[in-house]
Parts: sequence; structure tokens; C-alpha cells
Amino acid sequence: MTDPVLRADGLSKRYGRRTALSDCTLSIPPGRVVGLVGPNGAGKTTLLQIAVGMLAQTAGTIEVLGGRPAANPAQLARVGFVAQETPTYAGLTIADHLRFGAHTNPRWDQRLADERIAALGLEPAQKAGKLSGGQRAQLALTMAVAKRPDLLVLDEPVASLDPLARREFLRSLMAFVADHGASVILSSHLVSDLERVCDYLIVLVASRVRIAGEVEHLLATHYRLTGARRDPADLHPGVTVIEGSHTDRQSTLIVRSDTPIDDPSLAVEQITLEDLVLAYMTQATTSPRPALESIR
Amino acid sequence: MREVRVIEFHLDSRSGVAPYMQLIQQVRQAMRLGLLGEGDQLPTVKDVVAHLAINPNTVLKAYRELEHEGLVAPRPGVGTFVTRSLTDQSLAAHGPLRDELKSWLGRARKAGLDDESIQALFVSTFRTSIEETTR
Repeated sequence: MTDPVLRADGLSKRYGRRTALSDCTLSIPPGRVVGLVGPNGAGKTTLLQIAVGMLAQTAGTIEVLGGRPAANPAQLARVGFVAQETPTYAGLTIADHLRFGAHTNPRWDQRLADERIAALGLEPAQKAGKLSGGQRAQLALTMAVAKRPDLLVLDEPVASLDPLARREFLRSLMAFVADHGASVILSSHLVSDLERVCDYLIVLVASRVRIAGEVEHLLATHYRLTGARRDPADLHPGVTVIEGSHTDRQSTLIVRSDTPIDDPSLAVEQITLEDLVLAYMTQATTSPRPALESIR
Repeated sequence: MREVRVIEFHLDSRSGVAPYMQLIQQVRQAMRLGLLGEGDQLPTVKDVVAHLAINPNTVLKAYRELEHEGLVAPRPGVGTFVTRSLTDQSLAAHGPLRDELKSWLGRARKAGLDDESIQALFVSTFRTSIEETTR
């Protein structure tokens, strides 16, 4: 299967005069763990909710696993969704949740669900309302993975968890991916939460996709340049400045370049994923239009 | 065959070294130290991701690279196994070399060098000697 897991073209969502998502164009290859990163209010939840069919776009098109989101029961069965705050039914027991899942999902894997609950050390008779935040998140994840989805979408799954629960959650998510090979899209306002797990990154700021691509490719094509103060326009063609800061004597630039930068007057350094994301966020606050919609 | 857990990986997110490369380095290191020898099984991909919370592709990439170097080989449906030994004679030399280094450290301290100066001297000498041998 090489068709994109998600393809969006000119996707937009407006609420009256407010734009939540503008002109989003993406093509995400299958088998990736995709990190959707951006500040709060950037449009991450809007994009994810459109992808799972909970919201309708105002313009543009979107295809998920080759179909229209929530078009039919088969499409619904192929996509698992864990909403923000990992909601569960406080008054229902864990066993009730699993029974509910079994009734509503044609591909439900009861053995996988039971094994996960046992591995987590949870008691099926326990009410969801009595669970800790981390346990509730794990229950919501169990409900989503026991559907045996081809695509798992998670909206800020670890935002409200403490560091230990956060690690535990990502561990079980990655174990599921290793076992079943599903594609995953998960959002966070912190790239550091996702750095270890994602191999594809989308940076969304102020309703627009600023950059999207394979993490490895992004890291290999972004550099920090430092040198004597200079006009960024003097750089080689093919070098795009994402962010620049200048003192009277020195310029520090975060740039994108598909070819290695060979300029003896500059110190050229690799940057971390966090620096890269911050550069695009800074760029977004200083220039209204993205320099680049997406690469590959 | 009884399953033996031989090594456990860890990741340093501040090191600037790509995670897959850290895994490769840890396997090579374990092989050099004799912790991993011919016929030993590397942790399964699932075990590694469930332990470190990392992307399975990161582990696959590291194992593929090690396979490419001829250090390990996959047995389909079973796992990835070490195919050779990296210790040979060099492990035997560790002891005497460590003793010499210890006595050198003793002389450096006696000469009045503090820890930071010792490290700096070692690192700069180490770098110069690499440059000399590659020239």
C-alpha cells in the first residue's frame, strides 16, 4: 500500500469570519508516525476532526485512506480516534467500555483489548471515573487500538499527563505500531513530546501548514548559519531563510537548503527538531505568508 | 531455545546523535565489551519500542545498518542475531591499558592538573593523534 494515508488539497475551515484552517495541502505517506505540531489554537484539532469526519470543511478536499472521512461504516472502522483529554464514560466500568467497543466496531479485537487491560494492571470491574489521568488515557487508547484501525488519530494525547504516564502511553502506542503496522497521526503543542516517536512532521501555525516532511529529510536540509553580519538576500540561490537574527556584527540564520552549504565565511551547524519547529513558529509570527507550503 | 535478555538500550536525547545511531553504537559497544557475542539475539523491535517509546522504524533502521555492516543477520520470524564477534584480541588488552592509563592519571594529578585540565589534555591529544594517523 503506497497510497497516501491522508491527502488534503486546499482544505479550509471557517467559523463565520474566523479562519481555523486555511488552504491546507498535504500528502502523508502510509506507515508513518506523524507529529502534528503547533501552538494552541493553530488549527490542529480542526484538521484532525475533519480527517476523522467529525467536522466538515468549508473548502477544499480531503481523502483519508483513499476515502471520504466517515463516508460509510467501513471507512469509520478503519480509523481510530482518541479525542483531546482522552474522554471516557465516568459511570461505566472498563468492562462496559470494552463491551460497548465490541458492539460498535466490526473489526473489534477483544483479545487485544483484554491483554492490554491486563498488561496495564487494570481491574475490568473498575469504573472509568475512578481511574487516574494516565489510566484513563490508556483506556481510551485501548478502545482505539482494539478497533484494529489502519490509521490511528490522537489529539493531544499526552498533554495532560505527567512525565511517567506520558512515557508509558507512548510506549504502548509504539508497541501497537510495531505489532500491527498502523499509521498514526498525533498532535501536540510541544515537539519534545513527539520527537522520539514521529518520523514525519507537520508544523501548523495560525491556521496554515508551514512545513511538512520526513523528519530525517527535514533535519538533513535545515542548518544554523552564523557569521559576520550580512544581508540574507546575499546567500546562494536555493537557500531559504526561515528565521534570522542580527547584532551589529553578527548574523544568525536558520535556513533550508537542499544542497550542502559550502561557504567558508559561515559556521554551518545541524539543528535539532525543536529548533526547526521554533524557527517556523517564529517565522509565522513575523510574516503572514509561509515561505513554503510543504516539501515532498 | 531459552530466551535470554542480553542488552537493554537507552537514549540520550540531548546528545545530538540520531537515535538510530545511538542504538548502533550501543550494539557495537556491547560487542566490543563481549556482552554480545556470536549467536546472541538482539532485543526484538517490539521490546525496544515498548521500552524506549520510540518509532519502530528507528529500530529497524539501526538493525538494517548493523546487518549491512555484517555484524548481525535477521532470521525471519525469529529475530535478529549477532553473527560475529568484535572482541578478538582487543578485549584482552583492555586490562593492561587501563592500568597504564590509571598510573598516567596519577602522575597528571601529582603534577597539579585538575580534572578539567586532565580531560582537556586527553581530548586535545586524542584529536591530534587522530589527525596525524589519518594524514
